Amino acid sequence: MDWKVFLEQAPSGGMTYLGWLWSGLFWTIAVSACAWVIAFVAGSVVGVARTTPLAWARFLGTAYVELFRNVPLLVQMFLWYFVMPEVIPVAWGDWLKQDMPYLLRLPFAAQFSLWEFTAAVVCLGLYTASRVAEQVRSGIESLPRGQTSAGLAMGLTLAQVYRHVTLPMGFRIIIPPMTSEFLTIFKNSSTALTIGVLELTAQSRQISEYTFKTFEAFTAATLIYIAVTMTVILLMRALERRVAVPGYIAQGSTH
Amino acid sequence: MGEFDWGVIWRYRAALWDGMLTSLQLFAIALAGGVFFGTLLAMARLARWKAVSVPAAGFVNLIRAIPFIMAIFWFYFLTPMIVSKFTGQQGEAVGPFTSAVVAFIMVESAYYSEIIRAGIQSIPRGQPGAAYALGLNYWQSMGYVVLPQAFRNMLPVMLTQAVILFQDTSLVYVVALKDFLGAASKAGQLTGRIVELYLFVAVVFFILCFAASRAVKGLQARLAVAR
Repeated sequence: MDWKVFLEQAPSGGMTYLGWLWSGLFWTIAVSACAWVIAFVAGSVVGVARTTPLAWARFLGTAYVELFRNVPLLVQMFLWYFVMPEVIPVAWGDWLKQDMPYLLRLPFAAQFSLWEFTAAVVCLGLYTASRVAEQVRSGIESLPRGQTSAGLAMGLTLAQVYRHVTLPMGFRIIIPPMTSEFLTIFKNSSTALTIGVLELTAQSRQISEYTFKTFEAFTAATLIYIAVTMTVILLMRALERRVAVPGYIAQGSTH
Repeated sequence: MGEFDWGVIWRYRAALWDGMLTSLQLFAIALAGGVFFGTLLAMARLARWKAVSVPAAGFVNLIRAIPFIMAIFWFYFLTPMIVSKFTGQQGEAVGPFTSAVVAFIMVESAYYSEIIRAGIQSIPRGQPGAAYALGLNYWQSMGYVVLPQAFRNMLPVMLTQAVILFQDTSLVYVVALKDFLGAASKAGQLTGRIVELYLFVAVVFFILCFAASRAVKGLQARLAVAR
């Protein structure tokens, strides 16, 4: 064991190997957080669509979920990064690959461009949206039907029923499964390494390749993953207690 | 890119088929190993002795906390080391496929143990109690009373997990093993036709997984009636 390896100067980025790990953690969190925004918004829309009385909306929602759930995430990553630029108009594809990288220089010693980052975020976001949609749908469907009927009977429009009755309850119910989904997106963000995003897993492998301290490098990354996972679970438990409706949802139910 | 050349799929059919066989092999071994060791892990977690249940819980939570790819890297690194320690042979004795198989069995056994634990816990306590009262021992009550019912209850979830496992086999790409995706990727590098090949891979995965998940849904409906 030689843990001092992390204090040695790394060959690039003007930092130590510990700096590489931090950079990896930063990009893991950045990809996960940005993708989560897409997943949450798109997933909510698709999930709600699947519960509406509108047949076409239900069909589109189901098609979305089936499409994104039945193709491996890694294959989707390649479709966005390698295939998409080739099947859209040539000028757009060239812009993505050649001009987009120079729009913004990524901070934190990133050794990849804005285009890799964007492809990873969009891919991971839209993939996870299909999983979030299923949680949103099951949350809404677990509510007693009478709630929607009562809302409509009181003269609310369908949109108002969703806004004031169904969604506030539905989203509270699904906090525990949504926590799991967030942890899943956080872990799945490591798939981005296949298109060159140097996140935490990739950095730990890179450190092992440069220093041959594989055990130390992997252990460090593993400990960081565990620390972030525990933090997320604790934060979400706090959130759950904070928004709990008295007498409705078991207070502080476990993850 | 301009024109598509779908003929590339036909020209590389042998390599793609070999890749698919590798994927299916990995899938089958990981599924069998995952369910077997997952059952043992679930029983260990529910055991009364802390010396058994705590390490089992630790292993499962550890595996579930790290990305699948990280776990693949770990076992890719550890397997040859551990094997050479036991056999005295050098690390080269263990090929990449074996390391991948070990990684997948370990990860899947952790995932399956959670499903199986929930299944075992869904059986009323009185059942093993009654089995013990009839004179069955622990293994008999598990084998003849608890597990058969538990497996029946959790069959749909286990099959859904199997579909996810089949998709996850594509992750062996990260250790350059030639599974279905790896074969397509290689053919793409040789011909410059990655668009056609990756789209083909996506379509094949979609058809297989969509059909399988439909079948699981059908089974679920039938089981629900029977119960």
